[in-house]
Amino acid sequence: MSSTSVPMSRLSDEAILARPSVSLWTDAWYRLIRNKAAVMGMVIVIIFVLVAALAPWIAPHDPLKINDGKGYLPPPWMPIEMSVTGKAGDPRFFLGTDSIGRDVLSRVLYGARVSIVVAFVPTAIIVIVGVIIGLAAGYAGGRVDNFLMRITDVVWGFPDLLFYVVVMIALRDTPIGDFANGLLLLFGALAVVSWVGIARVVRGQTLSLKEKEFVEAARSIGTSDLQIMARHILPNTLSPIIVMTAFRIPGMIITEAVLGYLGLGLRPGTDPREFFVASWGGLMLQGQSALNAQPWLLLSPAICVALVVMGFTFLGDGLRDALDPRMRGTS
Amino acid sequence: MGQFLVRRLLWLIPVMFTVALITFVLMHAAPGGPWDRDPGRRQIDPATQINLNRQFGLDKEVWFDLDALKKGDLLGFFDTQFITYMIAGTVDGEWRCGFICGNLGPSYAQRGMMVQDIVLAPPEDAPIWNSKAGYSIRLGVLALLIAVLVGLPVGIIAALKQNTWIDYLSLFVATVGITIPNFVMGIFLIIIFAVWFHLIPVIPKDWSDPRYWILPAVVLGVNLMATTARLTRSSMLDVMRQDYIRTARAKGLAERVVIFGHMLKNALIPVVTILGPALVGLITGSFIIETMFAFPGWGRQYVTAISQRDYSMIMATTLVFALLIQLANISVDFVYTMLDPRIKLS
Repeated sequence: MSSTSVPMSRLSDEAILARPSVSLWTDAWYRLIRNKAAVMGMVIVIIFVLVAALAPWIAPHDPLKINDGKGYLPPPWMPIEMSVTGKAGDPRFFLGTDSIGRDVLSRVLYGARVSIVVAFVPTAIIVIVGVIIGLAAGYAGGRVDNFLMRITDVVWGFPDLLFYVVVMIALRDTPIGDFANGLLLLFGALAVVSWVGIARVVRGQTLSLKEKEFVEAARSIGTSDLQIMARHILPNTLSPIIVMTAFRIPGMIITEAVLGYLGLGLRPGTDPREFFVASWGGLMLQGQSALNAQPWLLLSPAICVALVVMGFTFLGDGLRDALDPRMRGTS
Repeated sequence: MGQFLVRRLLWLIPVMFTVALITFVLMHAAPGGPWDRDPGRRQIDPATQINLNRQFGLDKEVWFDLDALKKGDLLGFFDTQFITYMIAGTVDGEWRCGFICGNLGPSYAQRGMMVQDIVLAPPEDAPIWNSKAGYSIRLGVLALLIAVLVGLPVGIIAALKQNTWIDYLSLFVATVGITIPNFVMGIFLIIIFAVWFHLIPVIPKDWSDPRYWILPAVVLGVNLMATTARLTRSSMLDVMRQDYIRTARAKGLAERVVIFGHMLKNALIPVVTILGPALVGLITGSFIIETMFAFPGWGRQYVTAISQRDYSMIMATTLVFALLIQLANISVDFVYTMLDPRIKLS
């Protein structure tokens, strides 16, 4: 504080009171909601979360209902000259139908469930695992730390998409691969690769924080190691963790879509009461074989993936700027 | 410098071994063998399967042969599937060198062919760059060229014209280019150019026409292009405010010399750091892009191998691409330190 050149007495009372004292988090929140792109991202994410939760009430049709003789209908608002099949759209099917006459719009809406769950569930796992391991490695140092760094080398040396493919091929036909439409396996694979990034960041922060005076002070009054980690170090690493987490999520959604597109994604349920009946990756795989006949089968899930990914990225950018203003504008 | 390189290259060996180990464990966890056919198709009879297993060396132990050790046969103890694949061993009674000799193993799907033949051998009477790997490398280089040759100038111009519409437009395009996943971009472009406007065929019969290469190369390179542009811009803006730029202008240097000699040289250093992850992105992005465009490269061959359950193809591709990624990272670290003497290697 010695560097403050203006003595307090020379500041008018107004200048001091102009800004009420706010906590770091309130301050960050205000910065976040003043950022237009971040707010837009947040709105997109909230909309898709709502769509995922309320799919049965929003979807105009049963996503699994087969309409005989109505395969590959184009959207009703497309001009008929654009239609390769020469079929006219049916106003009941806003985005047309797939090969066996199922409503594309309803299937896309249900597909949001997979992507939203993939965005949040594995992320929660990797944050918990990454934080615990990063804290332990940074705090303990020495051999534990060394071991973490060696694991990182291997994980980062593995082409991640290839790892997911290998895992999916190997374990898809086992009981683990069948559980929850194959999502458990996908979560596991994503988590195994991604916890390392979080652990590295937490480790780095811990390494510098544990040398700080307040940690020393806590230790001198007899605070246990666990309490120092939980009460003094962890809260100070939260903002980089939040930022990293936000940037991880788009990758998760993209990976799920890519694996679905390669035919290695979730196995959709066949019972309409099941939670996961379609995924965007799976829809794109179907759409790829009907490029000319019904391009919207491929386009609509692709647009959704792009929107959700954009939403999370903008939110992540906003979070980074809000929580760490020094990082503004860097990529 | 030399010591750094040697240490990094030596460290490659345990990393590659671990990658191979993980892949091998997973492949062996897969239910069913390479000879199982999809249900409903005629299965290969058990006698032939035993025969095939012997031909492919699958009759041996996977990790270690304890029986051979008990007989005092130390060589036999190590003569197992994993070690044969990675280093050397016997297959059907014959000695064969493994991955360390560049031998990627026999393909299970295209019997009688080695994986490296499938990937590296060109079709008859064709030059080597018409092999599957050759196609992939050409596409990757083209994507890299497009990314750098477009991304760099855009970033430089945006920085020089900061806060004009040129700057805002390029920043907007770059943000979109970074955010949209490249396979989604591929879908959009295929539908727009091939399906709606018929400018290119959806699936080209052959790739001799250079126009067909533009779309996949752009899609593969678009993320890198956008990242390069954005990073070049922010790095240029940073450099432009430095004192030595003012000095250069003050001593009356031509603007061209200031921009290229003083600004660009220093602004490029941070751009080089992203080249490592970027090359990795180009390598792994090739799978999905090649499949999408029906491009006859290694990436699509790999995706075909997934549906054929061609384990050796999958294993080999994983290992080779892991090696490529490591080498890309090492060389970028190396170039980075050469460009900026302030950075110490550790």
